Amino acid sequence: MYAIKTEKLTKKYKDKTVVDNLDLKINCGEVYALLGVNGAGKTTTIKLLSCLVKPTAGKAWLMGKSIADDETEVKQLISISPQETSVAPNLTVRENLEFIAGIFGFSRKEAKKKADKMIKDFNMAEIEKSRAKTLSGGWQRRLSIAMSLISQPKVLFLDEPTLGLDVFARRELWRLIDSLKGSITVILTTHYLEEAEALSDRIGIMSKGVLKAQGSAQELKKKAGTESFEEAFVKLAESEVQL
Amino acid sequence: MSRSLVFALRNTKEIMRDILTLVFGVLFPLVLLILLSAIDRSIPPQAQMTLFEINNLTPGVSVFGLSFISLFTATIVSKDRCTSFILRLFTSPLKPSQYLIGYTLPLIPVSLLQTVICYLAAFALSLKFSLNVLLAVAVNIPVALLFISIGLLCGTVFNDKIVGGVCGALLTNLSAWLSGTWFDLSLVGGTFEKIANLFPFVHAVNAGRFALSGEYLSIVPELLWVAGYALVIGAVAVIIFNIKMKQD
Repeated sequence: MYAIKTEKLTKKYKDKTVVDNLDLKINCGEVYALLGVNGAGKTTTIKLLSCLVKPTAGKAWLMGKSIADDETEVKQLISISPQETSVAPNLTVRENLEFIAGIFGFSRKEAKKKADKMIKDFNMAEIEKSRAKTLSGGWQRRLSIAMSLISQPKVLFLDEPTLGLDVFARRELWRLIDSLKGSITVILTTHYLEEAEALSDRIGIMSKGVLKAQGSAQELKKKAGTESFEEAFVKLAESEVQL
Repeated sequence: MSRSLVFALRNTKEIMRDILTLVFGVLFPLVLLILLSAIDRSIPPQAQMTLFEINNLTPGVSVFGLSFISLFTATIVSKDRCTSFILRLFTSPLKPSQYLIGYTLPLIPVSLLQTVICYLAAFALSLKFSLNVLLAVAVNIPVALLFISIGLLCGTVFNDKIVGGVCGALLTNLSAWLSGTWFDLSLVGGTFEKIANLFPFVHAVNAGRFALSGEYLSIVPELLWVAGYALVIGAVAVIIFNIKMKQD
């Protein structure tokens, strides 16, 4: 079974096709990066897969559950860490974590236990009683990702997870994402090519709603016939045909 | 704990930890109560002006205080909507009804607390205790539901910047001017009075005044206005919230 499978998944807004006949097969435990310039359709793809918007055509399954017919089950399996930091500002770090565990159906005792683990895993003991709005951008992002993981999702969507972070905070998050490999399927969207190259098992390049190419960073360079990944990305994104 | 309660608990914390709640929800109505009571003491009895007497004033100020409940409700709903926090919520297994319960529940005890504080302050300003006071407090529950419904609707429709203007300025002024708390509507009369009577605010204040004066039979028709508005606005809010949740 694939963690994610789509068949001709399409999203149109009036006459504009934002995601165009997307066929994806993503394995369980894989870190898959979606790359593309602004307006390529990455965020809409994530919104489609996380049941936030309905497809105009096509089908998609997450862990075998249809996004159209099994929305509640899909939502129990997934988690999203949106582009902007997504925390409840007046709640403390611990309260944010326990809140998310609670809305995913864990009892108060379980929620506390899970929050303990997240606080330990993410080295947040010192700030666990601090309100989220008082934290730095890096800590807020870290909390945001911890909140996405506390429900033990099978599939985690990370939308631009390191946007706006300094180099240290970014490296710290890279280590974290790397540690998830094999246990959780991670769909990562990013503008940072080196991030996709360093973290992903496979990379999909989207342009104008179309998946232009996919494969490992090495495979993509080979397909494009270029030395650097940046050159490969530009060549493949601008290509008129799917490779 | 059910998901609705978990969500309600989060909303309670968000609201209660906001300094605006304390300032506008509690302190501002108290200041008005004290000031207007002081004005009342300066009015000579020959003037036969009873509007600011504590029995008339307290229900009006308590309803005015509740108008800020709309601001609190609308602020939390719109802030959630306008930030990416809503993506996290909408990709969770919470259902639309659970959101609405979660947003509404915390504001009922907050409203009650606000009303109780207002009446406690009124005791210090010469209001006599009787069982009618408890009834007047209870009468404010449907009024609170009305203002929560208005807040849900505004929070669902407007963004967090507009909400401050609509609920914080427009609604509080509208509810104050049309409630008969600050001046006797019949003194203005004419179209203004007719329009005021079409809105629920004056009926909410009247219900509290009738409760306090023991005119029990007169409470029901006034509360019907309030309940009717609360139901209609609440239903519209639910429909729009559901549409927005499914909107692309």
